[in-house]
Amino acid sequence: MSRILIVNGRLIDPASGFDETGDVAVADGRIVRLGGQIEDFTPDQRIDASGQWVIPGLIDLSARLREPGATRKADITSESRAAAAAGITTLVMPPDTAPVMDTPSVVELVTHRADAAGAARVVPLGALTQKLAGEQLSGMAGLAAAGCPALSDGNRPIRDSLVLRRALEYASTFSLPCLLTPVDSSLAQGCLNEGPTATRLGLPGIPAAAETAGLGRQLAVAGATQARVHFGRLSSADGARLLTTALGENRKLTADVAIHHLFLTDQDAMEYDTRFHLEPPLRDIIDREALRQAVADRVIRIICSDHQPHDQDAKDGPFASTAPGASGLDTLLALVLRLVEEEVLPLHRALATVTLEPARLLGLEGGRLDEGAAADLVVVDPVDPWFCSEERLRSRGLNSPFLGWEFSARATHTLVAGRLVHQPDGP
Amino acid sequence: MSVQLDDQGRLRHFLTTEGLDPRLLTRILDTAESFAGVIGKSVKKVPLLRGRTVINLFFESSTRTRTTFELAAKRLSADVLNVAVDTTTTKGESLLDMLRNLQAMQADMFVIRHNQSGAAEYFARHVDPGVAVLNAGDGWHAHPTQAMLDAFTIRRHKGPFEQLRIAIVGDIRHSRVARSQIHAFNGLGAGEVRVIAPNTLLPSDVDTLGVQVYNDLSAGLRDVDVVIALRLQHERMQGALLPGESEYFRHYGLTESRLASAHLEAIVMHPGPINRGVEIDSALADGPRSVILDQVTNGIAVRMAVMTMVLGVQADTAREVS
Repeated sequence: MSRILIVNGRLIDPASGFDETGDVAVADGRIVRLGGQIEDFTPDQRIDASGQWVIPGLIDLSARLREPGATRKADITSESRAAAAAGITTLVMPPDTAPVMDTPSVVELVTHRADAAGAARVVPLGALTQKLAGEQLSGMAGLAAAGCPALSDGNRPIRDSLVLRRALEYASTFSLPCLLTPVDSSLAQGCLNEGPTATRLGLPGIPAAAETAGLGRQLAVAGATQARVHFGRLSSADGARLLTTALGENRKLTADVAIHHLFLTDQDAMEYDTRFHLEPPLRDIIDREALRQAVADRVIRIICSDHQPHDQDAKDGPFASTAPGASGLDTLLALVLRLVEEEVLPLHRALATVTLEPARLLGLEGGRLDEGAAADLVVVDPVDPWFCSEERLRSRGLNSPFLGWEFSARATHTLVAGRLVHQPDGP
Repeated sequence: MSVQLDDQGRLRHFLTTEGLDPRLLTRILDTAESFAGVIGKSVKKVPLLRGRTVINLFFESSTRTRTTFELAAKRLSADVLNVAVDTTTTKGESLLDMLRNLQAMQADMFVIRHNQSGAAEYFARHVDPGVAVLNAGDGWHAHPTQAMLDAFTIRRHKGPFEQLRIAIVGDIRHSRVARSQIHAFNGLGAGEVRVIAPNTLLPSDVDTLGVQVYNDLSAGLRDVDVVIALRLQHERMQGALLPGESEYFRHYGLTESRLASAHLEAIVMHPGPINRGVEIDSALADGPRSVILDQVTNGIAVRMAVMTMVLGVQADTAREVS
């Protein structure tokens, strides 16, 4: 275990509100000293963070790494390294792999691969039901013992409300949070937000009602259980409004939004650009602004990348025939900080959405900057302009909807458990 | 779709009528007029595309559209190759591979029909410079030559568009023809374009396309000069969109008596093929108001016009040759 001293950085901890210029000493994988000038510590490596920020490593609540099952698109090694280079120290992986993460053996395969890659941590989510088929409960206790901190429906909502109720009840036995996809699949038969753009392009539209109908049913079922329920990837103003009302009655509920829904709209798909074919679909400006407001009001507490890397073939063709999803690891940090620039969120709050809040939801150790905490942290240069191009992306998924954008912040060093996994011109 | 115009604003491909300059739309109609003269002659050929190769690439079955494109190309003296593609070939890579292989045969133009919206534009973005793409219908998105032949037919029968009220009746939601007609008629300055349908057959926010929306047929037909009935696919009965054909005909089927509120001189159109007794009754389809067969004839001249325009051939020579 190397001893690292980061000196003269702006230390920002969204968990405590701590925000001062000083040093951080890391040893044995943990933060051993924080703040002020640390002179009585002998490091193996010293990082000068003058003019830079030191923040907790990002925890990305939804990142598909395509392994096992679709390694032609990406794999755990490539994506965990891309994450590290982007300041993400923990990737939370939905269970919709092939095979599905519904047994301890698949979970162990994933964690073994992630350990071997030696970059960002990978936290697998267990499947709520066997094969995500929505019929039989998965062996939740076994999945938890294998390392799953929570369970998920993996973008395949459980249609049978009784099965959903039983799954939530059983998960609550083991205090396992349940991450649900708020969608009514029968209303979601399309590929773009239902509205003027889809009508113009002649594409089948997905109404916001697909989200609210799914969310409403899941809220009702969740209310009949003691489960801790989290709703993933809200996309509409109506969904945010419904959640706001529900939060008044059930404080156990949380939700997240994918970062691209805070910046893009369905109009971006106007030229049939398949990089904007997403699920849930990009909606209109009113929805985008409502989602931003919901994040500002803490109705939505978590922002994720919803990383879905694709190979070129999957995105090549007429819009509706292409695979939905965007590559998002490389741009998550820069976009979250852009929310601060655009005065959507204050800095500490913005950082909390990708550090403290996801850590709280899943009971993870990271997400804070504190003595004794795991040394998962990132040194960020807040003023280091970079242009988002295919060459610049570290993920194997080049399907970023932000190609051509200019960003101003970049992770220069990333530590996971006190080990340097990303540095300039390094790994 | 900026891809269909070159730097000078000339047609490079013909993918959609949306956003086209009114002068360009008018030029298509005027050029078609010059070819209509050719079609009326005993020798119906001009050598404008001699030595050029046109490939009809149809991923959806179509007799009428494919035939008129083929006739148009042959009357321009082009070599024509018809390729019917198994619709199970929907993966982008296969499409691209197919396109590259066909391009290797030195094609100058692809006429493409596909069941996916945006397919024609996809091809247009991938063809070599100098190769043109004509959209013969893509999904629910566009069927621009059909809209232009309808506009041509309307102009011939009713004169300038400025004073005209045009009603489109039927399945607007799934209709590429309707979308292209709306853009073309509005682009040509039509006085008013209306759509008439039950709500299940209207796309969301259809008014943003620049139309007046009616659920009631007789209210929608009041004082209109042109009535266009759209084809109703049988599968619409399966998707909980409509209770059945008989109810549809009762409320939205065109008959002489239901045209009572329309202008006395109103013409009736249909892009074909007709479902008699569903969209329109036989007496009206075969009666004096109907210009349905004119539409078919005009389709050849309009497609000849567009073909010469995208390949940069001066159609003025058509008059000289004829």
